[in-house]
Amino acid sequence: MTASDTHRTIDAVWRIESAKLIAGLARMVGDVGLAEDLAQDALVAALEQWPRSGVPDNPGAWLMNTAKRRGIDHLRRNKMLDRKHELLGHELEAQQEMAVPDLDAALDDHVGDDLLRLMFTACHPVLSTEARVALTLRLLGGLTTEEIARAFLVPEPTIAQRIVRAKKTLADAHVPFEVPRGADFEARLSDVLQVVYLVFNEGYSATAGDDWLRPALCEDALRLGRILAELTPSEPEVHGLVALMEIQASRSRARVGPKGEPILLLDQDRSRWDQLLIRRGLAGLERSETLSGVLGPYALQAAIAACHARARTAADTDWTRIAALYAVLSQLTPSPVVELNRAVAVAMAFGPAAGLEIVDPLMSEPSLKNYHLLPSVRGDFLAKLGRSDEARAEFERAASLTRNARERALMLERAAACASRASPRAASV
Amino acid sequence: MRFMVIVKADKNSEAGALPTEKLLAEMGKYNEELAKAGVLLAAEGLQPSSKGARVRFSGSKRTVIDGPFSETKELIAGFWLIQVKSKEEAIEWVKRCPNPMPGTESEIEIRQVAEADDFGAEFTPELRKQEERIVKKMKANAKR
Repeated sequence: MTASDTHRTIDAVWRIESAKLIAGLARMVGDVGLAEDLAQDALVAALEQWPRSGVPDNPGAWLMNTAKRRGIDHLRRNKMLDRKHELLGHELEAQQEMAVPDLDAALDDHVGDDLLRLMFTACHPVLSTEARVALTLRLLGGLTTEEIARAFLVPEPTIAQRIVRAKKTLADAHVPFEVPRGADFEARLSDVLQVVYLVFNEGYSATAGDDWLRPALCEDALRLGRILAELTPSEPEVHGLVALMEIQASRSRARVGPKGEPILLLDQDRSRWDQLLIRRGLAGLERSETLSGVLGPYALQAAIAACHARARTAADTDWTRIAALYAVLSQLTPSPVVELNRAVAVAMAFGPAAGLEIVDPLMSEPSLKNYHLLPSVRGDFLAKLGRSDEARAEFERAASLTRNARERALMLERAAACASRASPRAASV
Repeated sequence: MRFMVIVKADKNSEAGALPTEKLLAEMGKYNEELAKAGVLLAAEGLQPSSKGARVRFSGSKRTVIDGPFSETKELIAGFWLIQVKSKEEAIEWVKRCPNPMPGTESEIEIRQVAEADDFGAEFTPELRKQEERIVKKMKANAKR
C-alpha cells in the first residue's frame, strides 16, 4: 500500500468511525469540543503511524484507545484533577486496561445513545442555525471544514470560526451531553430534523455546474436522516423526513436538462426517476403513517411527494389527494407559500376558478409582495379562464420580479400570447 | 456513489446448504451496522444456481440453459447495495463483513454502480431523444 492509498483508507475509516468516536469521547469527558479535539489528535496519530505500521485490524478501536490516552494526558497536563476528573481518569484507565473485545462490547451498548446525544447537542438551541448546520456536518457527517466551506460557498476561515465559536458556546452554556426528555424532546427533535432538511435543501438547490460537494450534501443529509431513523425508530416525523428526502432525491437525475437547465416536476422524464429511492421513500412514509394516525408536516410533504412518485405519468397525478394533503398541511403549518401550492393543486383538481379563489386573498399578503410565483400562478389561472388582459398584467409582473432569465423569457412569452388573444370575442369563449 | 457488494458462491451455497445460526446472527448484526450507519440501500441473498437459468446469445440465436452451473467461483450468492463516498469506504465496510463462506476460501467483489452520466459519449443525444420518444408514447397511451 502506498502512502496515498493509506491516506485514502484513513479518510474512509474516519468517515465511518468519527461520529461514534466523538460521541463516545463526549460522554466520557462531558465536553463536545474537547471530545472532537481528542478525536482529531487520534486522527493525526493515525496519519503519522499507519503509513509505516499499516492499517490496524480494528481501526475504530485503535482510534478510540489513542484518543482516550490523549484524554488522560490532557486532564493531567491541565491539572484538572479535581474530584470529578480524578474519577473520570480512573474510569478511563480502567477501561484502558480492559481487553479490546470487552471494550468493544461496552462501547456497542452506548454507541446509539451517544450518537443521538451528539445530534441533539450539535443542534442545540443556544446555537445559531448556521452553527448547528456546520457542527452537525463536522461532528456527525465526518466532513472537513474545507468540505463544508466549499459546499456552502463560504470561505474556509468563516466555517472554522463558526465551529470554534459553536463549541465554545456549548461549553460556556454548560450544555449537558444528553437527549432531552419529556415535553422538551419533541421541540428539540424538530430542531434536529430542521438542520438535516436544511443540509438536504442546500444540496438540492445546487445546479449542475456547481462543485460536486454541493449536490453531495443531499447524500450527507440522507445519511444523517437514515441514521436518525435507526436511532429513533418510533418517531413518525423522522421517518416522514427521510421519506420526503428519499422521494425528492429520486428525481435528481430528471430535474436538470442536458444544458443544466432546470426541468419542472410535471415536465420531467419519469423513466429517469430512481425507483430504488422511491421504494425506500414509500416504505418510510408507510412506517410514519403506521406509527401515527395524524401526519406531521414532514410526513405530509412526503405524502404529497409520494402522490407524484406513484403517478406513472404527469396526467395520472392524483391532484384531489394532493389538494387535500395541502389543506391539512396549511392548517398545521399555516404559510402563504403552502397556500399558494394548495391553490395550484386545487386548480389542477377542480379547475382554475377554484384555484383563483385561494390565490386572490394572498394578493394582500406582505410576505409574497415580491414573490414572482404568485403573479405567475394567478396569471395562469386567469389565462385559463379567458381573462386575458388581467392574465397579461400578471405575467408581466412575474417577469419583472423573477431573477431567472429563462423564467423571465417564459413569462414575457405568455404575456405576449395573452395580448394576442385579448379581444372581447376570445374572452367570452 | 453507490456500490454493489457481491458475495461469490461456494460449493456449500451452491449445494443449497443453509448458513449456520452463528453466521446468520453475525450477518444480521453486520446488516444492522450498515443500516445504522445510513449506508445500506438494499440487500438480497440468492438461491443456488440450480434454481436459475441462463439465456445464451449467439448472433440472432437464443439458447436456454438450465442451472446448476459448474464454475462455482464466478457465481453470485448474494449482494448488498450501499451508498458511500469512496471506493475505500466501500472496502472498509466489506472488511468488516463476517466471512460469508466459513470453512472455504471465498471472495466478496466490490463494483461501483454506473450513473447515467457515466455512459458518456455512448449515450448520444439521439439515444436521449429515443428515450424521450418512448416516454411520450407511454404518456399518450396512458391518456387513452
